[in-house]
Amino acid sequence: MITTVASLALPVDEKLKIQKNRIQPEDGADSPKRISVVTGIHGDELEGQYVCFELIRRINAQKEKLRGTVDIYPALNPLGIDSITRGIPAFELDMNRLFPGDVKGNMTEYLAARIVEDLAGSAVVLDIHASNIYLTEIPQIRVNALHEEQLLPLAKEANVDFVWVHGASTVLESTLAYSLNSIGTPTLVVEMGVGMRITRTYGDQMVVGIFNLMKKLGIWEGETEKVRQPIVSNDSEDVAYLNAATGGLFVPAVKHGAQLRKGELIGEILDPLSGNVRDEVRAPMDGMLFTIREYPIVDEGSLIGRLLRVPSQ
Amino acid sequence: MNKVTIYEIQGLYRDNFRVTGYEFGEGEEAVCIVGSMRGNEVQQLYCCSGLVKKLKAMEEAGKLTPGKKILVIPCVNPYSMNIQKRFWTVDNTDINRMFPGYDLGETTQRIADGVFRVISSYRFGIQFTSFYMPGEFMPHVRMMDTGFEDTELAKQFGMPYVVLRKVRPYDTTTLNYNWQIWERQAFSMYTTTTTRLDKKSAKEAMRGILTFLHKQGIAEYHGHDGYRSQVVKDVDMVSVRTTEAGLFDPSVSVGEEVEQGQILAYLVDACEGEVIETLRAPVDGIVFFMHGDALTYADTAVFKLVVRAVI
Repeated sequence: MITTVASLALPVDEKLKIQKNRIQPEDGADSPKRISVVTGIHGDELEGQYVCFELIRRINAQKEKLRGTVDIYPALNPLGIDSITRGIPAFELDMNRLFPGDVKGNMTEYLAARIVEDLAGSAVVLDIHASNIYLTEIPQIRVNALHEEQLLPLAKEANVDFVWVHGASTVLESTLAYSLNSIGTPTLVVEMGVGMRITRTYGDQMVVGIFNLMKKLGIWEGETEKVRQPIVSNDSEDVAYLNAATGGLFVPAVKHGAQLRKGELIGEILDPLSGNVRDEVRAPMDGMLFTIREYPIVDEGSLIGRLLRVPSQ
Repeated sequence: MNKVTIYEIQGLYRDNFRVTGYEFGEGEEAVCIVGSMRGNEVQQLYCCSGLVKKLKAMEEAGKLTPGKKILVIPCVNPYSMNIQKRFWTVDNTDINRMFPGYDLGETTQRIADGVFRVISSYRFGIQFTSFYMPGEFMPHVRMMDTGFEDTELAKQFGMPYVVLRKVRPYDTTTLNYNWQIWERQAFSMYTTTTTRLDKKSAKEAMRGILTFLHKQGIAEYHGHDGYRSQVVKDVDMVSVRTTEAGLFDPSVSVGEEVEQGQILAYLVDACEGEVIETLRAPVDGIVFFMHGDALTYADTAVFKLVVRAVI
């Protein structure tokens, strides 16, 4: 059933609506458990769109196996999605810096508060992001160290390749995930793929993970596929950041996800005006290239990739 | 006056990105004044360029105290200003959300780091800044309520108001917050406008800064002392919000005294022209902030009023 979570009139003949699709067992065999899948906080991150579609399609194909509630919110920032805008258009605000919001606040704070109110109490929430338009990521879950104990067991069931436990940061206290986790609603932040595009293999991988989580929570009785065991990193030394030493055109020499040896060439920063190679980007340690630059133009400092030290077998 | 490059990165097809500073005097790093950090902060740039001109003349006239150094950085982000984009050109990040910066990080983190390394050692930091919502302000000095702030010092600008802002999580990466955390005295200077030049409030802010420099023994300036500033907490201001969305037709202006019940603005149906909402002052107050766009959304704080004390 499609319902409206929050609605506001816009100035000229239009209503802004945030909608969700609630799927429940047809026979009324209701379980109090609920899983929520949200995406589209950043309007230019579209990977979660396919996950929402495919999840609904597969549930409806075997709806008799459903034993709980599945809430799907494909567009938390509908104006952003419509206009290829990461933040909330007109306000130039990152929606993921407005939580927990305020029902008595301005339009953006009101929307944020209604979203939190609606999601609160879910057994688990997945907030699906798609990196941004500059970087491609392998499917991964990011967990704030403050909530590691509660979230790590759930994250391991979600069929991602990597779980990154990162340090706490004051700025991140304004995110949807932090707000929900701090009121006891476990929320996993998924990052995968790249902005403005759909990577179908990643979407399918995520759907398998969501079904597995549903099964573990008693929401799904049907068959599920075996999920992969992610690499878990909670040591900041495990991740090396590759930032451009100079501006130019980045052309990669290796593929996303490649296992690299220290010193191996990752790519070059070129100057198409002079024909010179401005810099060579090399692996600072052995590791897996879990993030790689998608958008070729770089400034000095632009992130080119991230390398994960893979534990020896 | 000494023109220096504070930070520079090599461009690909554009001229190098440069943050330029103007130094006056030598010795103790007394005060640093920062102008536009976002590409639309034209008024902030204008105020700083006016100060550079004035300080240059004062230096030539021997009006700057020896042994005290003043640094003015009119623009931290020429790349964005030159293409009329508010945030960073490539990735749309906000330099004023990157402090204290990181020298090995992303571009705007590096810019923040490069600038902060130079300016964090100054005793006083003043930043001309803007609000995220379009609108006009009463000129004021704003400080973060971090525990390091000194409102008595802020009164020395002689601006009509000193506003204490409750710190939100996203404030912790602003220049002002980090200056204060580095135990400098930091002030944000708000004039009336952002994208449009407003000479009156620009002059008011420039006078305020020169008065402050005089009171701190950094420069000799004999202008009007300004106002006896009223200290207000942002959380104590009364917001007047829309419940409808439409065309915004204000009946008052910024700085005006209003009485409880007085009509502040009408909201007009954008297609049919009918008045759909009348906004009235809930208290006797002074219009401190007023929404600046002709269209407004619902649930938007279109006015902020400072409550007038009972006489």
